[in-house]
Amino acid sequence: MFLVGAVLLHAGFTDLYLRYVKAGLRPLLLAAGAVLMVGAPAAVWYEFKGRRRHAQQDRREDAHAHRVHDDGPDPGDEHDHRVDNDHGHREARISWLLLVPLFALMLVAPPALGSYSAMRTGTALQQPYGYAKLPASDPVPISLVDYAGRAVYDHGRSLRNRKVRITGFVALDTKGAPYLVRMALNCCAADAQPVKLALMGDIPPVLRPDAWLQVTGVYTPKQTKDPVNNRPIPYLQVTEAKPVPTPRDPYDESWNR
Amino acid sequence: MATTRPALTTATDDRDAIVRAPDGPERPAETAGERTGGDRMAGDGWHVNSSLALITVLLLVVVVQGPIRSALAAPVMQSWMTVFVAVVLQALPFLVLGVLLSAVLAVFVPSSFFARALPNRPGLAVPVAGMAGAVLPGCECASVPVAGALVRRGVTPAAALAFLLSAPAINPVVLTATAVAFPRRPEMVLGRFAAGLLVACAMGWLWQRLGRTDWLRPPAHARYDGRSKGAAFWDSVRHDVMHAGGFLVLGAMAAATLKTVAPADWLRTAAGNPFTAVGALAVLAVVLSICSEADAFVAASLTQFSLTAKLVFLVVGPMIDLKLFAMQAGTFGRGFALRFAPATFVLAIAGAVVTGAVLL
Repeated sequence: MFLVGAVLLHAGFTDLYLRYVKAGLRPLLLAAGAVLMVGAPAAVWYEFKGRRRHAQQDRREDAHAHRVHDDGPDPGDEHDHRVDNDHGHREARISWLLLVPLFALMLVAPPALGSYSAMRTGTALQQPYGYAKLPASDPVPISLVDYAGRAVYDHGRSLRNRKVRITGFVALDTKGAPYLVRMALNCCAADAQPVKLALMGDIPPVLRPDAWLQVTGVYTPKQTKDPVNNRPIPYLQVTEAKPVPTPRDPYDESWNR
Repeated sequence: MATTRPALTTATDDRDAIVRAPDGPERPAETAGERTGGDRMAGDGWHVNSSLALITVLLLVVVVQGPIRSALAAPVMQSWMTVFVAVVLQALPFLVLGVLLSAVLAVFVPSSFFARALPNRPGLAVPVAGMAGAVLPGCECASVPVAGALVRRGVTPAAALAFLLSAPAINPVVLTATAVAFPRRPEMVLGRFAAGLLVACAMGWLWQRLGRTDWLRPPAHARYDGRSKGAAFWDSVRHDVMHAGGFLVLGAMAAATLKTVAPADWLRTAAGNPFTAVGALAVLAVVLSICSEADAFVAASLTQFSLTAKLVFLVVGPMIDLKLFAMQAGTFGRGFALRFAPATFVLAIAGAVVTGAVLL
């Protein structure tokens, strides 16, 4: 329990937690970690203190129990022990499973979802509620989800004659066609869904799946269909692409706002 | 029978007792012997062993971490681990919150209060208890012992069962989690509340009409009698975190496997037909046994399914699943669980489908 708390705090204080859950859960993670850190020694302390007294009590109860038992087995009897068992061994074998996520976090710290999950799931582009005015800078930094929404549902009206700069990771489909992908999530990686962007134009000759790229490009009306769920995927005419490190929060959280 | 056991038993006996602890009607003499002072000592020995084992496992894993890492480098394993860790990580805060609140309730609120608060007529007590479940937060793992305590303190079993079913399904913590998991669908929260309350009351009335007291074996012991409040509180917290946490890990593993390994079209085929979709998610809810404080997030991740099917998942899951069945059999007896669980399953599906048809 103490370990669980410690690992929660570790994940919360570093940016590690952003690989798995949305940023808004951070205070909850920290609070839960703190409670567990306090709770573990407290429980052990009380258990230690209580055990001696308990043993005396049990001896007394036992003497009483024997008298009852000597009269022959009674149906309630079986239950007594069950409750008592529950008492004595709170950590059943099931709690050992708690170690599995601990090891996963401490030793492996699996990366955020990447191209493998992205290509198994259909693009999850939703129609945006509205389109904010793009900043005047050139090129315009824009999120992948925002670009895809404008390209598909606004027919690129706000994107004409603008250079855009988009960050995402590379995924290749079975035919080797490159996509730029960002996973969007509601809450945690379990519900993350990809939003995909097909790349054309000046693409680097060698693309490694899961590598993060910052691409600069211009809007093109060309679209394709995601083979997984037949939803539209917009294209981007790439003029420049350069590798970038994985961003602090690898997911797109615009759905949470 | 306990007197026939020698006072000095080995730790092995004690471990035997643990192995059989979850259930099994043939309770051997060893467990009875555990209550003697000598066996308490053996119990101490086991605790030492458990921490020793913990350290051993930790060291072992650190030593062989290289091979483990390379074995886990495959993309399937990586995605599996990410989803698995994510489910555990986002559920833990809610689990801890629920466990704290349920410990407060179980320890600091006297059970007699519940008995006084309920109407005397069982028919009326059922919906009141159902509503009480909505106000009192707790995970389903916590509601089973609380319901057992209610029965023991003289609350009508029908009302206690309505509480047992409604408390984990529609309490504020769970509803908040549902609202967080479905940020754009507030009607899911409403649907979950309505269907949960409906099914809980229906089961309560059904029990009142058909139930027989000899199916029910009320618990004979109070869990927290004769100990200081602080001890009982932290003990409850630890018990619930360790137990519910373990089951949560199990559920997260199953969910991650489903998400990464199961062929996407398998689920999509099930999701395509409204009947199979409902059936598939109902069975999934039972098998996955996810804590009710976390199941909304899993439901949200099952993107292929209709909202009604997700509602079935959310209503069935907290009321009956594999771990709840085990806990009910342990608390109320196997005869009870065998009758209660299937009835709950059928009624929960029906209630959720009806609510879904009206609301979603």
